[in-house]
Amino acid sequence: MIHEEVSTESRARRTLSGAARVLLALKLDGPLAIGLGIAAAYGLVVLYSASAESLPVLLRTGVRVVLGAVVMLALARVNPNVLRRISPWLYGLGVLLLLAVATVGHVHLGAKRWLDIGPIHFQPSELMKLAVPMMCAWYLHERPLPPRWGDLALLGLIILVPVALVAKEPDLGTAMLIGAGGAIVVFLAGLRKRVIAVLLLIAVAGVWLGLRFMHGYQRERLVSFLNPQADPLGAGYHIIQSQIAIGSGGVFGKGWMAGSQAQLDFLPERTTDFIFSVIGEEFGLLGLAGLLLVYGFIIGRSLYLSMQGPDTFSRLLGGSVALTFFVYVFINAGMTTGLVPVVGVPLPLVSYGGSSVVTVLSGFGILMSLYSHRKLMG
Amino acid sequence: MSPVRIKDHWHEQRLFDRRALFAGVLMALAGLGVLARLYYLQIVRHDYYTQLSQANGVRTEPIAAARGLILDRYGEVIASNQPTFDLVLTPDEVPSLRGSLARLVRLGLLQAEDIPDLIRTIKSHQSFDTVPIRLHLSDEEVARFAARRFEFPGIDISPRQARWYPFGPLAVDAVGYVGTISANDLKHIDQAAYAGTAVIGKTGVEAAYEKQLHGTNGYRQILVNALGRPVQRPGALGRELHVEPPTPGDDVILSLDLKVQRVAESLLKGHDGAVVALNPWNGDVIAMASSPSFDPNLFARGISEKEYRALLEDPRQPLFNRALRAELPSGSTIKPALALGALTDGVIDAHQTVLAGYAYHLPGSAHLYHNAMHEYCGPMTMRTAIIMSCDVYFYRLAHLMGIDRISAWLPYFDFGQPTDIDIPGELPGLVPSRAWKATHFRNPAQRKWFPGDTVILGIGQGYFLTTPLQLAHYTAMLAARGLNFRPRLVTGIRNARTGKIHWKRPVLQGNLTQISAASWAVIVKAMVGVTTQPRGTAYFQLRDSTYPIAGKTGTAQLVSEQAKGASNEESYKAKGTLEKLRDDAWFIAFAPADNPRIAIAVLDEHAGWGSTGAAPIARKVMDAYLLGPDGKLLPDPGRGPFSAPARLRARVLPGVSATLTPLQAAARSNGPPMSSPVPATETHKP
Repeated sequence: MIHEEVSTESRARRTLSGAARVLLALKLDGPLAIGLGIAAAYGLVVLYSASAESLPVLLRTGVRVVLGAVVMLALARVNPNVLRRISPWLYGLGVLLLLAVATVGHVHLGAKRWLDIGPIHFQPSELMKLAVPMMCAWYLHERPLPPRWGDLALLGLIILVPVALVAKEPDLGTAMLIGAGGAIVVFLAGLRKRVIAVLLLIAVAGVWLGLRFMHGYQRERLVSFLNPQADPLGAGYHIIQSQIAIGSGGVFGKGWMAGSQAQLDFLPERTTDFIFSVIGEEFGLLGLAGLLLVYGFIIGRSLYLSMQGPDTFSRLLGGSVALTFFVYVFINAGMTTGLVPVVGVPLPLVSYGGSSVVTVLSGFGILMSLYSHRKLMG
Repeated sequence: MSPVRIKDHWHEQRLFDRRALFAGVLMALAGLGVLARLYYLQIVRHDYYTQLSQANGVRTEPIAAARGLILDRYGEVIASNQPTFDLVLTPDEVPSLRGSLARLVRLGLLQAEDIPDLIRTIKSHQSFDTVPIRLHLSDEEVARFAARRFEFPGIDISPRQARWYPFGPLAVDAVGYVGTISANDLKHIDQAAYAGTAVIGKTGVEAAYEKQLHGTNGYRQILVNALGRPVQRPGALGRELHVEPPTPGDDVILSLDLKVQRVAESLLKGHDGAVVALNPWNGDVIAMASSPSFDPNLFARGISEKEYRALLEDPRQPLFNRALRAELPSGSTIKPALALGALTDGVIDAHQTVLAGYAYHLPGSAHLYHNAMHEYCGPMTMRTAIIMSCDVYFYRLAHLMGIDRISAWLPYFDFGQPTDIDIPGELPGLVPSRAWKATHFRNPAQRKWFPGDTVILGIGQGYFLTTPLQLAHYTAMLAARGLNFRPRLVTGIRNARTGKIHWKRPVLQGNLTQISAASWAVIVKAMVGVTTQPRGTAYFQLRDSTYPIAGKTGTAQLVSEQAKGASNEESYKAKGTLEKLRDDAWFIAFAPADNPRIAIAVLDEHAGWGSTGAAPIARKVMDAYLLGPDGKLLPDPGRGPFSAPARLRARVLPGVSATLTPLQAAARSNGPPMSSPVPATETHKP
């Protein structure tokens, strides 16, 4: 009997260690992969309801998730040193593509964001979400930290050139995320507190200037954020309907596919930017809190993994992936609940469309690569 | 030169860890912030947002209550509801709008000239709305469309309930009609209660009992999307949708006897006139007709501008309810009232013989007031004066009474004031008096009351005006020896849910107790003489009646307002004779004279003398009411509040058993048996 127990136990252990071996071979981090998987699966369930039971939407998203997973797997196997070495080239390519967009880009819905490569609409700005933090981490990797003024000036240039190009498309949300990705690297590199203070001042000045040169719809969004009732059927409509959806969901929600705001088209862009509100309406506070918990786990795990990074490049890039992911989640949750202005930021792994899923999973692939290859370096 | 800085890996790791932890704390705080916001939205403000979400997606659509029926005293339906069919179009589902409409024109369902307007109307609706393109299809048109329906995707036949008057114009002056709710109507109704209601009672019983007939509309909640388009399959979203069924309106039972009503209307056909017949013992209106008439279905289904203008511009005024609103001089029909007043006040002795010659002249005046046909009366008692309708006798009587007594007496018979019949629109007529004349005229010379004004009042001419309803009401008081029952059309309300009938008690408004039995006897005997004595003015028309009739003829000489407004009686007469006289025939009667069951007033405009024009009509209406198919007088049904004679066809009152027994039983149980004189009911007027 005792023998049997031991053997069952050891079989369990063997199975576990077998899984661990597979993960190790794949250079994957188990907990992180599970967290990402849960979030993506949750996203598919919600999307089915939000898209009015559209199988094509579900299928396309599934394909993107699989594609993202494959890219993640591939990137996780790439040696971080390789990643570091190609960083400047990737960045350079990205800037060139953005310039190409600005000149020969494909115009859709009033914005020039896409490059047509054969049948694929490609958004170079998605590439820049990874390339900018990589470039910053690459730059800081060689240099003693915290960075000095000269470094900062150069980093500022590295960050602001693509940000300016993307903002010009115009795609303020993505520009902001790209900027945030770079800025997070600089922050993690140990930027001095007084420099942060100075930068904040500059940021305030920038906002003021930005307000003056903003596109009409961007300014409208800001105004309607501050006072949604000013124009309830116009610019404030998104914010009002989103809050109605979330608020009417209550603690337990109205039930899957039973959210009237979402199902009766009152909620705009419900499969993309406002899918958070769909979850709030149909699954209630519990559904949202559960999702935030999964996101929190992903972010926490990512931060932990990045702290294990053997070198500056790994740590900075890993931390940037974790914190950028947070920024995505926070801005999306904030705009749907009325905490921050409406900027077109999708809810990562859940929102429908675009190459966002692939980009996000690529980031985590890089993070896993940095972590799982740590013993080979340092 | 700044010192060369060397990378310190341990320090950098520490720096990163500190920053990462700091960021972690910040993120956790932000996460808590989001959760706090969610707590606020989803728990604190949950009810508020639930309301907003409901208001977004749930639209409440009214369900119109079925309007109550209107029935005659035997349960015959005068006003009902009928499904009517409209042609409707849903723009979304029509592949080619112009093509489809053109094919409908070829099918004869639309007029080619209406197409441009129709297209404009359709374009002004939401593409998923259902737009009526043709109202009120005939059965044949429905069939024609149904056979080709497959050719018309997006076009369909839609049923709705419309008011329907199965007999068309029959009794329209009593029943009234419904019409589209106007802006003016909206001021008087609770608009919320009328959401979904298309029509409202405009006149007659339809208007007076609008509240009971209307019922209570229900509603149904439907889901709509952000564009307002109804959601066809709401699925899980539809679980909470509420439906409140409507409560149908109550049925209104009238005192009308449609058989009598039909006779009255057929007799008036081609004439301008009116008939009002009352039960003297409870005020029930047995028949009320005005001619010419019109079809209320025109209004119920939505009258066109053209049709309405045609009715308004018809010189015979079909929309004019003569029974309630034709204010005319009474002619000699007023004589019994004056005689009763004179007898009661002791002004004259009924049996005193007065020599009434060709004409009467006021003491000290040379002006002669002739008999209407310049005939010679001879020695007259009150009885013979009424039988012959001797004007000279009544010129004298009026002069003896004086205007003050006359203007005091006529209101006892409800002249010059509304009878308070239970439908709107009646006019009060006019009883002139010194006070009235003093205030009525602008010219001070006209404000004085002249003795000549009194004299012609004796034969119901001059300023005195009355309506057919008032004359019938007065005749009923003569029949009931002074009992004044409020005329009424509605005797009962049948609850649409329970089927129980609430019978209304007759309202006794007054009783002329000051008139002695002897005086009544004289007057009634004289009125019987009108129809039975060879010298009686209606003898030739009514002598062969199987039952005794008490009647009185009257001829109203209509003169223009101009003539009436003349400064004194001399010029009035002079001008009056210059005016083209239109003689309107009156006849009032009650029968059987010894035990009256019906009192009637007939107006036949421009018919010449009352006896030739109006008396035969009155006779045939009374025959229809009193005689059975064998030509014999029907047994007396008694004087209950709802007197249903035994001869009645057993008509089915919906919801009530097929025999009339329950009706009668209800009538007996709810109202006290009414035998004259007076039961204990409330008294309104002195």
